Amino acid sequence: MAERLKVRVDPDKCQGHARCKALAPELFELDEYGNAHESGDGTVPPGLEDKAWLAKSNCPEIAIDVIEE
Amino acid sequence: MSDVSQPATHPPVTDWVHDFDHTDPQWTDDPFPIWEDLRAASPVVHTERFLGCYMPTTYEAVREIANDTEHFSSRRIIVRDVRPEVARNAAPPITSDPPVHKPAKQLLLPPFTPDAMKKLEPRMRAICNELIDGFIADGKVDAAARYSKYIPVRAIAHMLGIPESDSDLFINWIHMILELGIKDENMLLQAVHEMSDYFRTQIEERRSRPTDDLISYLMNAKDKEGQPLEESHVLGSLRLLLIAGIDTTWSAIGSSLWHLARTPADRERLIAEPELIPTAVEELLRAYSPVTMAREVVKETTISGCPVKPGNMVLLSFPAANRDPKMFPDADKVVIDRRENRHAAFGLGIHRCVGSNLARMEMQVALEEWLKRIPDFRLDPAGTVTWSQGTVRGPRQLPFLLGKAI
Repeated sequence: MAERLKVRVDPDKCQGHARCKALAPELFELDEYGNAHESGDGTVPPGLEDKAWLAKSNCPEIAIDVIEE
Repeated sequence: MSDVSQPATHPPVTDWVHDFDHTDPQWTDDPFPIWEDLRAASPVVHTERFLGCYMPTTYEAVREIANDTEHFSSRRIIVRDVRPEVARNAAPPITSDPPVHKPAKQLLLPPFTPDAMKKLEPRMRAICNELIDGFIADGKVDAAARYSKYIPVRAIAHMLGIPESDSDLFINWIHMILELGIKDENMLLQAVHEMSDYFRTQIEERRSRPTDDLISYLMNAKDKEGQPLEESHVLGSLRLLLIAGIDTTWSAIGSSLWHLARTPADRERLIAEPELIPTAVEELLRAYSPVTMAREVVKETTISGCPVKPGNMVLLSFPAANRDPKMFPDADKVVIDRRENRHAAFGLGIHRCVGSNLARMEMQVALEEWLKRIPDFRLDPAGTVTWSQGTVRGPRQLPFLLGKAI
């Protein structure tokens, strides 16, 4: 069953390691300080689910959530 | 300028669990089995050396300390035999605690974003190729002394707008501060003073002729009230950028080449699949993390159930955290395509290395350019690999034979 995924960055936890942006540039953006936030409303386009999980599992600050809707 | 000499020695360690010493030659040569023994003993171990010092041995304990700025201060960030008076604006923001940390960090972040580093990449490729040109025809090279050492120092000199030809001067200061200065306070103070004098001259020159480098950037920066930074803050941050920018990445590039020289299968795979290099760089950062920071305990607390007392230092070993098998399956193996890798090589929490994007770019470029031109290399059995001592770990002599083995 296909589920829709959303990514979300906790801005209080993010320290700007920028791993998410390197691994999933379509899903994350960086601000002028290099801190990350999700692109748009965080909806993961079909085909990019793997990248969402990869970004989550590589964030040293455990700041990324992948939500299954 | 002082001559570089060998660091002073301590009595050899016989009981690692209760009397550890990260400057002992056994640790310097091969710390990994020692960390395993310490971790098996306790999540936090203690030594009377260095005027009292704890070491968290697990990823979890390291994370707890890195995120606890109430009980652990960054006013001292290197474990030494001496505790010199805390200098105002020693090296902000790395030596800053909240609440002054955040504005000092935000000041330095914009010039080090991944996009800013992309613009620097062509210069780095040129530097790497210039260095390779200097030895490729010789058939052998000390890759630490002639390659990895000069990549980061020239990058940070380029960003600061100071002559790349002064690289050896900068490298000597770093050696005095981070290695010799662990046991010799005079060496430490002398290097700090020489460095400050150097930057004062640079600042003076820019008063009449402004530039677009990082020194001018800091001179022109304003705080929240719209006031320029104090000169001590500008000098402190400049010292930090130079100190932090040099032997950290020198070590990371050197360790990576050391691994590839000894592991032909990984080398061949990266040549066949260069798109794997960024993933491999993360794994090499995990397995051979160069930087161990320190904290000072300022309030009594417990870490992973272990009580810690004020006045002691903490050897905050990100390298040991990155070898914790509870966090990383096959932690003792280098798996160049490891997918899940929350390594802490650049620290955790508010003190995340401001230069991490620079270091990653330098490592990727250094390996890419090397492997393109020197696909075959191995350790020279006639030479000796030596490792640095103290806060930053990496090869200082790395004798290689270049070309296919006959």
